[in-house]
Amino acid sequence: MRFLFKTDYEDDIKLFPHSGYVATYGVLLALLLIAPYLLSSYLMSQLVFVCIYATVGVALLILTGFTGQASLGHAAFLAIGAYTAAYLQKYNVPFPVYFLAAGVLTGIIGAMVGFPALRLTGIYLVIATISFALIVEEILARWESVTNGNEGMRVKTLSLLGVTVPRDSPTFYYLCLAVLVLTIVGTLNLLRSPTGRAFVAIRDSETAARSMGVNVALYKVKSFAISAAITGFAGVLFAHKLSFISPEMFTLQLSIEFIIVILIGGAFSLHGAVLGAIFIVMIDPFLTYLKDDMPGIIAGIAATFGASSATAGNIQSKVAAFASLNGLKGAIYGVIIVLFVLFEPLGLYGRWLKIKLFFQLFPLYKRATFKRQKIYVKSERNR
Amino acid sequence: MLDFVQQLVSGVALGCVYGLIALGFVLVYKATEVVNFAQGDLMMLGGFFAFTFIGMMGLNYWIGFAGAVAAMALFGMLAERVVVRPILGYPQFSIIMATIGLGYFLRSIAGMIWGTDDLKIETPFSQGVLRMGSLVLAYDKLSVIAATMILCALLWLFFNKTTLGTAMRASSENMLAAYYMGIPVKRVVSIVWAISAAVATCAGVLLAPITFIHSNVGLVLGLKAFPAAVLGGFGSIPGAVVGGVLIGVIESMAGFYLAEGWKDVAPYIVLLAVLLLKPEGLFGLHVRKKV
Repeated sequence: MRFLFKTDYEDDIKLFPHSGYVATYGVLLALLLIAPYLLSSYLMSQLVFVCIYATVGVALLILTGFTGQASLGHAAFLAIGAYTAAYLQKYNVPFPVYFLAAGVLTGIIGAMVGFPALRLTGIYLVIATISFALIVEEILARWESVTNGNEGMRVKTLSLLGVTVPRDSPTFYYLCLAVLVLTIVGTLNLLRSPTGRAFVAIRDSETAARSMGVNVALYKVKSFAISAAITGFAGVLFAHKLSFISPEMFTLQLSIEFIIVILIGGAFSLHGAVLGAIFIVMIDPFLTYLKDDMPGIIAGIAATFGASSATAGNIQSKVAAFASLNGLKGAIYGVIIVLFVLFEPLGLYGRWLKIKLFFQLFPLYKRATFKRQKIYVKSERNR
Repeated sequence: MLDFVQQLVSGVALGCVYGLIALGFVLVYKATEVVNFAQGDLMMLGGFFAFTFIGMMGLNYWIGFAGAVAAMALFGMLAERVVVRPILGYPQFSIIMATIGLGYFLRSIAGMIWGTDDLKIETPFSQGVLRMGSLVLAYDKLSVIAATMILCALLWLFFNKTTLGTAMRASSENMLAAYYMGIPVKRVVSIVWAISAAVATCAGVLLAPITFIHSNVGLVLGLKAFPAAVLGGFGSIPGAVVGGVLIGVIESMAGFYLAEGWKDVAPYIVLLAVLLLKPEGLFGLHVRKKV
């Protein structure tokens, strides 16, 4: 077990606390860089989605995980980014310009949402962000001169510095990866700066933060703006990846998916955003795999336990019928959310930390280390 | 003028349904300060239960109605026991996520069991109309309005006049203190969930002749009930119904008098305006924040 001795504040805020970090993340980055030569084109496409979802996840973490402001409206920010890109592209604006423009515009709108949200906490904020997202969705469907309404907009192939970058080329993947890595590094830097410290202070106790001299209103708006801007950047990539956007892609469902990303990943660390994005994007192919192969496997197990071939075939067809039921995916989603909230509130990254600690402390690991403190609900009305 | 009154009545009827769903939110919120995002889906499930009892098993309408309410009350208790109780006392957002998960689950299970078609329940008042001069009012809409008023009055009496209601209000103020005073907080929460599921079922059954039942009806209407609950001041029983009626009327007026598209966003614009100008809602208590 490694003990880190910190002698001053600079030690505490180092990006890489010890050399192990450099090695592991270096290897990970190298693997990601050679991934296009190893993985199939389908998996590469999924990996691009992982990058985009993880970028949104990081954005949401800044707002929800570190500033403590829940948002169920991030699909709207993603939509604004995507539509800005698609609209500016019609006027032959080059990629770097509309990429930045999308981020800036989304950031401004985020600040405009954040400003009224100052007065809201908890459930009211959640409801307000849902309403914002629903209104944006309706505007996208109705403002036909700009958004082309429900018919949606076609997004032309990305062209960067005169080179066209098709949406399934390795270059596009590298672009998404670069955006993700830059976002993560930028966020890490943000979080160790006074701004980031102020965010965390607001999350932990608004009253305490205010009495320590943190301008709560300013930092909340900042947090909204930064989070929205990053989501806007991700929106541009999202639009290019899908090559076609329409209002029904940016529904409440998508906002909930983004929240699930950080919920399942773990809402206290940037690792959570990436792990959650991998989970959300990979669950689809995984379910398809289960649907195709599970009936055969179950029938095989039944046969090994002495079932006759007729019964095994019967079981196989029954399981297959169950697996292809309509809406099974929704049920699985729901169960996963509930199970994570109930049994793994720290998410996948929390589980990883627990496993790591188990081996570090073996045989002295105590489950109570990660036990949550119960806070008995006191009425918000009197708080 | 006649158009206006017709729109008003259908707006009020629709608003009563929003109000009933909002009542469910408010009940759970009052007792536990938790918002149940699956409230609309409980309503949908209640509608399907009633359809099973009345449409498929051929029971009498009123018996089927009562059966659905009883079954859903039990279901509400079950949902509370499985999903909410283990995390009661943890940050609100976990519970919101848990109920969103529950909603997903209920929607797809209902889709699997009852299919994705629109279902209809035959009711004793789905046919007739009440004629007053040249004004034509459908009985199914009037029945929704009447039932909402009755339910609202009963719940208000229950919360303000009975011991159990007082216990619920106490545990909503401060769970720990209520527990010290001898209130069985867990059982109280469980009963609140049963009541709110029962109210949701009433909404579902009353709604059935107007909009039909399908597995997504809960999501759509549940989202519309939020503005209602907020407008009434989250936490006030008459407020929820008044808010619901206002939202219903605004929606139906916007649909009639304004351009297409306003109908769907009008409730949310009202919601944002209320949150900005008067966050405690029409009937909410104005309290100063204590440090």
